[in-house]
Amino acid sequence: MLRVVDLIKQYRTGDRALKGVSLDVPDGQVMALIGPSGAGKSTLIRCVNRLVEPTSGQILLNDLPINKLSQAQLRRARRSMGMIFQEYALVERLSVMENVLSGRLGYVGFWRSYTRKFPQSDIDAAFDLLDRVGLADMVDKRADELSGGQRQRVGICRALIQHPELLLVDEPTASLDPKTSRQIMRLICELCKERGLSAIINIHDVMLAQMFAERIVGLRLGEIVYDGPPEGLTAEALTDIYGEEDWTATIRNADEDDGGEEAVDDQDYAAPTPDRDRLAGMT
Amino acid sequence: MPVLQADGRKIWQRRERGKQLAIWGGWLIATAIFVYCWQLISEKTTWFFVLDAHVQAADLAERMVPPKFSYMEQLWQPLWDTINIATLGTLLALVLAVPVAFCAARNTTPSRAFVRPVALFIIVSSRSINSLIWALMLVAIVGPGVFAGVIAIGLRSIGFCAKLLYEAIEEIDETQVEAVTATGASGPQVLSYGIVPQIMPAFAGISVFRWDINIRESTVLGLVGAGGIGLQLNASILSLAWTEVSLILIVIICTVILSEWVSAKVRHAII
Amino acid sequence: MAEISLPSRRWKKPPFIKSARLRWALGIGAAVYLALAFGTMEVNWGRVAEGLPRGINFVAAFFPPDFVTRWDEIADGIYESLWMTVTSTVVGIALSIPIGLGAARNLAPRPVYLFCRGILAVSRSFQEIILAIFFVKLFGFGPFAGFVTLSVATIGFYGKLLAEDIEDMDPGQAEAVRATGASWFQWLNYAVQPQVMPRMIGLGLYRFDINFRESAVVGIVGGGGIGATLNTAFDRYEFESAAAILLIIIAIVMAVEYTSGYVRKWVQ
Repeated sequence: MLRVVDLIKQYRTGDRALKGVSLDVPDGQVMALIGPSGAGKSTLIRCVNRLVEPTSGQILLNDLPINKLSQAQLRRARRSMGMIFQEYALVERLSVMENVLSGRLGYVGFWRSYTRKFPQSDIDAAFDLLDRVGLADMVDKRADELSGGQRQRVGICRALIQHPELLLVDEPTASLDPKTSRQIMRLICELCKERGLSAIINIHDVMLAQMFAERIVGLRLGEIVYDGPPEGLTAEALTDIYGEEDWTATIRNADEDDGGEEAVDDQDYAAPTPDRDRLAGMT
Repeated sequence: MPVLQADGRKIWQRRERGKQLAIWGGWLIATAIFVYCWQLISEKTTWFFVLDAHVQAADLAERMVPPKFSYMEQLWQPLWDTINIATLGTLLALVLAVPVAFCAARNTTPSRAFVRPVALFIIVSSRSINSLIWALMLVAIVGPGVFAGVIAIGLRSIGFCAKLLYEAIEEIDETQVEAVTATGASGPQVLSYGIVPQIMPAFAGISVFRWDINIRESTVLGLVGAGGIGLQLNASILSLAWTEVSLILIVIICTVILSEWVSAKVRHAII
Repeated sequence: MAEISLPSRRWKKPPFIKSARLRWALGIGAAVYLALAFGTMEVNWGRVAEGLPRGINFVAAFFPPDFVTRWDEIADGIYESLWMTVTSTVVGIALSIPIGLGAARNLAPRPVYLFCRGILAVSRSFQEIILAIFFVKLFGFGPFAGFVTLSVATIGFYGKLLAEDIEDMDPGQAEAVRATGASWFQWLNYAVQPQVMPRMIGLGLYRFDINFRESAVVGIVGGGGIGATLNTAFDRYEFESAAAILLIIIAIVMAVEYTSGYVRKWVQ
């Protein structure tokens, strides 16, 4: 299980993206992290695998203190944390297979990875995963030839072939259409169930979060303002997270909609623009 | 298809065998060419001198310090000449490059069959011939001095400026040109309202970029007598005044870095 | 209805530089500079008039150029230039890869970055000829000095562009590969290399082209190659041979440029 204790992140510009966040994610739980742009969602999940160095606080993955590891130990620890990105972040000029296999980089030596001679077990796993997400005949396509939904599926395979214990998912649907968004979310959640993974899904779309997550954490200005089941997300709770707005339509839609494929375009506020802390996380 | 079936398992390889072999073959040929060229060079090399080079280098370095700063007084004039050669040469090149570029761009050339090949040939010949060679010719023709340097830089830069400019012209958004044409504008009007605004940033960027390169180029023109600080450099080297040489080198580095900084700033402001 | 009585509204294209004072200052500054620059440029029109017939002779020498008389020397020079070009491009690029990696701000720690940037700045500041003069001094006359010169110049050019390309790469892709637990070299191979490779191959060919052109001048100061032959031809006023050499250089540069165009399309 993942335990985050009193995590603080202060950027060099002086912005405090996280102001003492504490959080436990038990094994097998799919948790959605919601909040307005700049709330620190991306920073939080990037602190977990230290793509962003936390300023202070503790991160324990199965009692392993992630924040105290040396570089070499950190690389080992990263193997057990799969990450799925907004805008897919596939290496565009590599083939689908190479992208998926890049998830094994933490396990194989440099020379093997350089010559692309991965162990056959890795190749088998890659084929299984690609079959599972329905991309079996795309193996040798270059990543930039794929559509958005297909790319995100490759991204999912890349994360899962690491055999992670935890999935860190950063805005998986931000650049996808509503239908594909649901498919991708469903795929992620199904795969988590199948493999007993826990996941932190950072997501803009409250409805999607309510539909797929077991637990929702609302972040505002670097602080947790809501932590509970999806049903508990009332108008008051949403106001706490996002500020004053008429939330009735959002809540009603979520109640009525049981995941139909012909989704209504209900993502008014889910603008897919990269927010400030995401940009900061990239540097 | 690099995916193979074997014993019921799928095997993946990065490339097909034939392609992989072709790539190895390519590397082999490239290595062979390199080794061959290297051998030819090494035959013509007196290895004794090469092995002795570090001693020479140390000796030279020792003789070059400290730079003779008092010599600076005599460097201001050549430095000013050097900058003038670069600036005036760039201006000359720009004036000449604009018509050449319009003749060379597919979408603006008056005649694809006749004018365009001529323009392209002008561009290639100007680019192929180093400014020092231009200077060599011009010193023979117009005599030594700054004037030859300016023309050499100008002629050398036409090709560079015209090439980048005509590529910019070919990349313009045709719909804007269409829109202006649709208002009933004449040819020159289309040019000034439809095309020129689109290539203006590119033009400014190219000029500054080339100016920066030309500063560097004009530091050596003096070696063949075409004016600028190269003249002093040559004289100091010939008279073995190494402390002067080191000062000149310092001056050149400073000038070049300064001009690079200016050009980067200006390009940044434009774009 | 007060507007009606006003004179019709006038419009003028707003000037490019907003501040009038700055505009005038720049304009006057430019005018003064040009006046001074032209003023200090001494043109000996008598000498120019004297030289013009020679210029005409030179142009006339292109019709026809003389490939035959000095063919052996020309061929020797061209071959030597080509060897120098090949070896210096290969060695220069090989050396500029580590330096370019070190000079990329998003890859290297600060001291390494500054050190590598320093190397690049120095090797870029000096025109090839200045480098050649010194390397001829150190290594003696001949193509080896030219080879070293062009290699150093290649490092400055290629290393800088490589570093800039790496700094401009998509950080998302780089981050994604890092998140898999890849080691630094694996990260380089999977995230950085695919992103910068196509452009770098194109630039390598471009540098080959530049090196060939430059190899024609390092010979002027004793660095081997076709430059020496060309210099001799000018010294002897053998414009027909000089024209032949220039045409050969142009032809080879064009050939390289066309080939590199194809290769670039192919690697995209």
